[in-house]
Amino acid sequence: MHGLVNRSIQCFLRDTYGPGCWAAVARAAGVGPGGFETMLHYDDALTGAMLDAAAGQLRRPREAVLEDLGIYLISHPGPEFLRRLLRFGGVGFADFLHSLEDLPERGRLAVPDLDLPELKLAEQAGPGRYDLICRGGPPGIGHVVAGMLRAMADDYGALALVDHAGATAGEERISIHLLDSRFAAGRPFDLAAGPDPARGSTPEGARG
Amino acid sequence: MTAAGGFAVGMAALDRLMPMHLCLSGTGAVLSAGPTLAKIAGAPLAGGAFFDLFEIRQPGGIATPGDLARRAGARLYLNLRAVPETGLRGLAMPLQGGGPEGGGQENGGLILNLSFGIDLAQAVRDHALTDTDFAATDLAVELLYLVEAKSAVMAELRDLNRRLQGARIAAEEQAQTDTLTGLYNRRAMDRIMAEVAAKATPFGLMHVDLDYFKQVNDTLGHAAGDHVLREVARALRAETRTGDMLARVGGDEFVIMFPGLTDPAAMEVIARRMIDRLSRPIPYRDRDCSISASIGMTASTLYDAPDPDRMLADADRALYVAKRGGRAGVAMHRPKARGG
Repeated sequence: MHGLVNRSIQCFLRDTYGPGCWAAVARAAGVGPGGFETMLHYDDALTGAMLDAAAGQLRRPREAVLEDLGIYLISHPGPEFLRRLLRFGGVGFADFLHSLEDLPERGRLAVPDLDLPELKLAEQAGPGRYDLICRGGPPGIGHVVAGMLRAMADDYGALALVDHAGATAGEERISIHLLDSRFAAGRPFDLAAGPDPARGSTPEGARG
Repeated sequence: MTAAGGFAVGMAALDRLMPMHLCLSGTGAVLSAGPTLAKIAGAPLAGGAFFDLFEIRQPGGIATPGDLARRAGARLYLNLRAVPETGLRGLAMPLQGGGPEGGGQENGGLILNLSFGIDLAQAVRDHALTDTDFAATDLAVELLYLVEAKSAVMAELRDLNRRLQGARIAAEEQAQTDTLTGLYNRRAMDRIMAEVAAKATPFGLMHVDLDYFKQVNDTLGHAAGDHVLREVARALRAETRTGDMLARVGGDEFVIMFPGLTDPAAMEVIARRMIDRLSRPIPYRDRDCSISASIGMTASTLYDAPDPDRMLADADRALYVAKRGGRAGVAMHRPKARGG
């Protein structure tokens, strides 16, 4: 598993439930004392063990932990890298949904060895109804994506119902019902608000 | 009208298709300008003269509408005179007359399509551009995404490199230290002696060997022996200066290098003081451990070309001379002849 993924889970547990929770999960899952490095690769089994340990430690279903992870990835205040990178995908939530099929390629543009699940958006009968199919990701990835989509809808100021609609062999289905694309003001997005390349660095403490 | 003869496109459609277009009359007057171009100009462009508003940097020698028409199809590097810091690139092509009569006939006018140059990110920052300022087909926003993603990834890699560098330094330091006493180990000593010898700094060298240490180990056990070795290291540190290099090179053997100290008499004073101190009983639990030490010495000034290995061998030989003279002895290496 890419270190970016493991590191995200580490930061999620630490920021949301405190360093003590992360330390207990790391111990239970056999993660080294330094935690994960974002730019290295780790055994897939370690990610699974960490998620099981987190679910046990928090006494919550693994699916709920994964969904909270998805929400955290977008809405946690801080460097907002992921939120910003996703916002580049479209001017409104519907536009963003249409850009999701490009997401694995966008991910690879940024981090060539990052494997993201294949995403397929299908419009359903009735206005604003979509199904998103995630294929080829680790089990439970659909819950993370559902959490991210909920947070992105908030970010765009859209009112949308997002639900994990079940998994079949190698596929997870997420149903999306976009009720109002301009429900609230949403968070502003400035194309040029990212790190200034002229300065050549990101602010200190920008990493999660 | 046929495809071969050309199409007419309404201005609103043109603004969406090419938000940075310019239409010029045959005399170089700006007939219309796309909304993004007008936004970065900060003032209306229509009605102005193209060459008053824009400067064509490359190719050189384009100063009239006629020059521009002759370079139709070539890539142009240009900028607005009002905002020279924002580089633009563009392409000019001849316009055809509109309406049924003019269809297919060039009317002397030009259409230019412009885009930002390689400094796109800076232009977006300078002019507060948004997604809607670009044509939906334009990859400009993807380029911005890439710039941002690349910066984030580079920052991660920089952090990773910094942490790995720190870990490497820590590992190297650990690998140079004798974990029991905190003194340098043999490897570190070899390296430091080679460095000092290469710098031609004169230095004295002592080889310290503990007496009766084996008895402490045998009668009181290894824990007592380890305790004694730690106390010896502490004593040797106390009797040396900050810049002197202390290494534990064997079970009960130590090497000390004294940069800048080569006088045999002064070295002997230090050696005697060390032996006196090491001869005091070292308390361990309810017992006293009694040891002593013998010291062989040499100095770099005794050699024409001081070689660390040879000096260590000579200090070792002097140590045996000291031991032969009874325990708790000190001996200085005596070269057979100067430089020998």
